[in-house]
Amino acid sequence: MLKNKLVQKRRQPEKSEAIALGAKLKYHWKEGLIKAGLFLCAFLSVVTTIAIITVLAREAFPFFREVPFLDFVAGTKWTPLLQPRSFGVLPLVCGTLLIVAGAALVALPIGLASAIYLGEYASRRVRSIIKPVLEILAGIPTVVYGYFALTFVTPLLATFFPSTQVFNAASASIVVGIMVLPMVASLCDDALRAVPDSLRQGAYALGATQFEVTTRVVLPASLSGVVASFVLAASRAIGETMAVTLAAGATPKMTLNPLESIQTMTAYIVQVSLGDAPAGTVEYKTIFAVAALLFAITLGMNIVAHKVLRQFQEVYE
Amino acid sequence: MITNTQRQAISNQVSKRRTIFQTSNVTIRYGDKPAIRNVCLSIPEHLITAIIGPSGCGKSTLLRAFNRMNDFIPEANMKGQILFLGTDLYVKDIDPVDVRRRIGMVFQKPNPFPKSIFRNVAWGPIVSGYPGNINERVESSLRRAALWDEVKDRLQDSATDLSGGQQQRLCIARALAMEPEVILMDEPCSALDPVSTARIEDLMFELKEKYTIIIVTHNMQQAARVSDFTAFLDSGSLVEFGQTEKVFTRPEQKRTEEYVTGRFG
Ligand SMILES: Nc1ncnc2c1ncn2[C@@H]1O[C@H](COP(=O)(O)OP(=O)(O)O)[C@@H](O)[C@H]1O
Ligand SMILES: [Mg+2]
Repeated sequence: MLKNKLVQKRRQPEKSEAIALGAKLKYHWKEGLIKAGLFLCAFLSVVTTIAIITVLAREAFPFFREVPFLDFVAGTKWTPLLQPRSFGVLPLVCGTLLIVAGAALVALPIGLASAIYLGEYASRRVRSIIKPVLEILAGIPTVVYGYFALTFVTPLLATFFPSTQVFNAASASIVVGIMVLPMVASLCDDALRAVPDSLRQGAYALGATQFEVTTRVVLPASLSGVVASFVLAASRAIGETMAVTLAAGATPKMTLNPLESIQTMTAYIVQVSLGDAPAGTVEYKTIFAVAALLFAITLGMNIVAHKVLRQFQEVYE
Repeated sequence: MITNTQRQAISNQVSKRRTIFQTSNVTIRYGDKPAIRNVCLSIPEHLITAIIGPSGCGKSTLLRAFNRMNDFIPEANMKGQILFLGTDLYVKDIDPVDVRRRIGMVFQKPNPFPKSIFRNVAWGPIVSGYPGNINERVESSLRRAALWDEVKDRLQDSATDLSGGQQQRLCIARALAMEPEVILMDEPCSALDPVSTARIEDLMFELKEKYTIIIVTHNMQQAARVSDFTAFLDSGSLVEFGQTEKVFTRPEQKRTEEYVTGRFG
């Protein structure tokens, strides 16, 4: 029955121009609705981004009316909650960089090595075991990492370095490193896998060993992807909040000693947000100034990463 | 190109030539599906041997067995023996890395490394710790691959910017830079235009002075033009092996005749 109807319909398309046109219009109307809906969803993220930038700017600008911009970005003393007040953000930047450097030291070599092992050396079976474990690592809530740092990593560090403080940068940066490691491994894995097999074959046919093929053809060919993964990992480490709030301390300080307590930009924002700084006061506005700086840094790093990645995609086109 | 009298002269020399590869009862399976069955062949030195046959008959599989490239296919396994100048290539104390240094390979699709032209050619010698002058080695390899004049002013440009034909000659230069004794070519012209194909065929004539060449091709005209010996494979079995002229004009097997006259395959 239904089939017959369809056949009939198909056989009489010229029956009525008007109906055909109507059907066409209806079709377009539906298509348009779907397109509009999809556009709205995509647009939502743009709107959100713009909204965040607007809020940050609106709250941060009044701050810079009270505190000169140069004092903020070049000052080395950060005591916005204590008298005499000082708004030099560099101690927070320094603390953040200390965390990022430590995390990079953990995540980059191990992440890259894992990717190389998984992609170039591991058997299918080993790969099928390690990959899910890495994904589990990526799924652990960051607060758990924070307590892991406090209750396991810090005591461990203290047995080797007695000068280790209860809250310290090293412990936090190690767990932040473990946290971003799956991301590095996964992005590096993608980069290595994008290298066509024909290049490996070509290198093997020249009498190269697996190590030579990996280090002298595959890795150089995927270098931009690897670098992009490093930049993205660093930008995630900069934004990481929970573990550093719990484990790194709340002592804004210009130091390069990882065993001391420090404070990162994110941890400062948490501290003030949880405190009772009244809206409109200058200490309240500091969170937006710090957040704006944080946003600018991570945005810059993401742009760099995408630039590098684009270059990398062009190689095989 | 080569004339019949020249060909005759060559075939007169054949008896004096050494056998470079001797395969006996070579059977290669993927899993338990045989791709090469009981192949026995003697490939003479300093000549061009063509392996022809319909698509999927096992030409590439057999070619890869000569430099142990099948080692990278986990499900591939080989029975039988391949002697290279009298040495079994598949015994335990043979390092496949050494085998591949002496037996070079050019692939169907040009696969230059995404590096400069210079570094592509220098790659093999550098990795294997060549102690001599690398610039000279790069130049002589590019000259032998008939590419030098086209690239000598832009050695630092990316190899991927070259045309397909140039890329393939670069891959030949890259293989020559290892100073191999044999060059295996797996349909080296199948991705190239006729002009580039002709250049590579001319090049092969020059190369056989110094090297033994085994070329896989599905193009029978090409096999007839360039090779001295031809092996015809069908469904993994060696149907006929002999001097090219004879295989193409007076084949012994009915199937060979059908194939070379284009009646099947
Ligand atoms: N990696 C592989 N795994 C399984 N079977 C394969 C593989 N490579 C080739 N084969 C099979 O082996 C046979 C011969 O393949 P091949 O040597 O590539 O043929 P040719 O080069 O003559 O076209 C084909 O049937 C093909 O499907
Ligand atoms: Mg093939």
